[in-house]
Amino acid sequence: MPGWIRWIIYIVLLIGLVGAIIWGYQEQQEKNAILIKAENNYQRAFHDLTYRMDELDEKISTVLAMNAPSNISPQMANIWKITSEAKADVSQLPLSLLPFNQTKQLLNQIGDFAYDVSIRDLNDQPLNDQELQALRELKDQSNQMKSDLRQVQNQVLTDGVRWMDIEVSVATNDQRDDEVLKGLQVVEEDAGQFDGLSQLNDSENDKKQVELDGETYNQDDIEQVVTDYFELNEQTELTVTETGKGSEVPIYNVSFDTDSFHGYAEVTEQGGNVLSYLLNRDIGESTKSLHDGRLVAETLLKDLDYEQVEMVESKQYEKVGVYKFVHVHDDIYYYPDEIQVKVALDDGQVTGVTARDFILNENKREKREFEPTLTEEEAIDYIHDQIDVQTTRLAVIETEESGEVLAYEVLGTIDGTTYRVYINANDGFEERVERLTQSEEVY
Amino acid sequence: MMKQLLGIIIICLVILGTNMTVSGFSDQVIQKGATGDDVIELQARLQYNGYYEGQIDGVFGWGTYWSVRNFQEAFGLESVDGLVGDKTKQKLVNATEYDERYIKQQINNNRDVNYEGGKQPDQQTNEPTQESQESQNNQDAATNEPQAVNVPSGFSQNDINLMARAVYAEGRGEPYNGQVAIAAVIINRLDHPDFPDSISGIIYEPLAFEAVADGQINMQPNAEAREAVMDATNGWDPSGGAIYYFNPETATSDWIWSRPQIKRIGKHIFMK
Repeated sequence: MPGWIRWIIYIVLLIGLVGAIIWGYQEQQEKNAILIKAENNYQRAFHDLTYRMDELDEKISTVLAMNAPSNISPQMANIWKITSEAKADVSQLPLSLLPFNQTKQLLNQIGDFAYDVSIRDLNDQPLNDQELQALRELKDQSNQMKSDLRQVQNQVLTDGVRWMDIEVSVATNDQRDDEVLKGLQVVEEDAGQFDGLSQLNDSENDKKQVELDGETYNQDDIEQVVTDYFELNEQTELTVTETGKGSEVPIYNVSFDTDSFHGYAEVTEQGGNVLSYLLNRDIGESTKSLHDGRLVAETLLKDLDYEQVEMVESKQYEKVGVYKFVHVHDDIYYYPDEIQVKVALDDGQVTGVTARDFILNENKREKREFEPTLTEEEAIDYIHDQIDVQTTRLAVIETEESGEVLAYEVLGTIDGTTYRVYINANDGFEERVERLTQSEEVY
Repeated sequence: MMKQLLGIIIICLVILGTNMTVSGFSDQVIQKGATGDDVIELQARLQYNGYYEGQIDGVFGWGTYWSVRNFQEAFGLESVDGLVGDKTKQKLVNATEYDERYIKQQINNNRDVNYEGGKQPDQQTNEPTQESQESQNNQDAATNEPQAVNVPSGFSQNDINLMARAVYAEGRGEPYNGQVAIAAVIINRLDHPDFPDSISGIIYEPLAFEAVADGQINMQPNAEAREAVMDATNGWDPSGGAIYYFNPETATSDWIWSRPQIKRIGKHIFMK
């Protein structure tokens, strides 16, 4: 091989090598730029969080010294705003896999409390002793958390800690040596120690266990229930699994495949009730109307012994109709007891039912006697006079403050917009106002 | 004289011709929540005699519902129930006119349709024939795309789209109920104090979903994932009220095992 050819090859290779180095360097630069961007986002979220805790601490301390309601209300509104910002900061940190719940919960409790106080008329209802006591404890707690966070922040700044590294160690569960994570765990523990507010706004309703009537079904019984229910042939293979201790009620989950569909059903262990099911298959062109589907759904519910139900909502989504039914007793609509039915509009088959809310809420209800003291006309007097009232009926709804209440459900319109207003049937309190929309423009 | 007569006959024929398209209603009873051509006709007819003031969008929403009820009441129908059955349709057809071609042209050209009685025929005659020919072609080309669709309350189409992406990225290959359960977890988080209160906030929370972290979220979801999201938004919750789920084969966090488990569907364990 003549020497000059060899030289040309050398030169070409050299150019290639230099090119590769330059390319690699540029790639590296770009990657770094992106990493820095992501890192900066994390840093901002963290430093913001620290700052907000500081602010929160200061606001809570000052509210304790305030006497004039005209000062307390806006201060409480401020606290509410800061907690919601702090929550947003927490959710931007790579901590989802780290137990940071207590902190989030505490922020939430402070927020709820501050909101409730800020909207109430403090001239009539000043902060009571219990609330002041809670605020004092809260002041100590937030002070502690503030200094813990400042400590972590100091560490982050002096050691040049990168949240990207923390993200990696959280994701790989290798967090033993990480000082920052340890610091955050201290914050979390502090937050967990405080429960002064949870006593104020107790939520007993959620914790109540549901107990269903009926005998206990075992796995074989359940298979029989499902086979009968869906008229499956005996060869169809059923996969049955039980629920764990996190479930509200013990349920068996059954899934199966037939020639035409994949089915999934939930059956209660007590009583063998089918709580919900979904049959999944390809749905052809619609030949049935939404109204046809409604008739199918009504017949089915009657067959299933849901006698006292009325349809309150129906919607057509391309090839399926979805219907919402609620329990109606003595002309009162029980909104917590709802059943949804899905009907395929190609052949009118019911492809899904969920009666979970109906069965569980029906069972949970203690108070069963609801009597209105206001008449319909009196209730309508409580409504904004711009609303053009269209229909009125009695309904039981779930409220955060007082559980289930009886209310007049008033549907009305203002300038073509439909509103639903619930007026408490006993004291005329405007429980809830909703704007009703049903469709959205296609963009 | 003969020519005049012929002219009158032709005019009559033309009017008849437009009237021929009037009896468009199919046999179905139209109820609130319905979509499609019958609803467009219903809205157009109600607008024609002044009972409906909203958009002619082909979705039987609240506005249409009140219009129907008011119409039923004013025309002395026995049941004022908002259901459009034979009697209501008959009254409507007798009292109003409907020019399907004109309405659809307007809709397809994205024009606000104003179909109050009396106004519309003038407009139509003023329109040059060529243009109406053109819009006729446009209408054929735009194969009846709906103007509006029903959405589950509290969710927009784009929310549903985003959730469908998340469900597809996280749960493709899982059984159908497993996909509904993933969508249900996202929805359960909405009301939970530990999580952001928007769909996008929940999905894009750092490290919350693996498929978001590795960019799989950007894939186009399939029809099954969309359907699963629709079922979840309409109230089905196969997860049993879960707010977390994980894949036990790839999970690395100890903490996740400490949560009370609800059930396992496919590869995922769902937890409180």
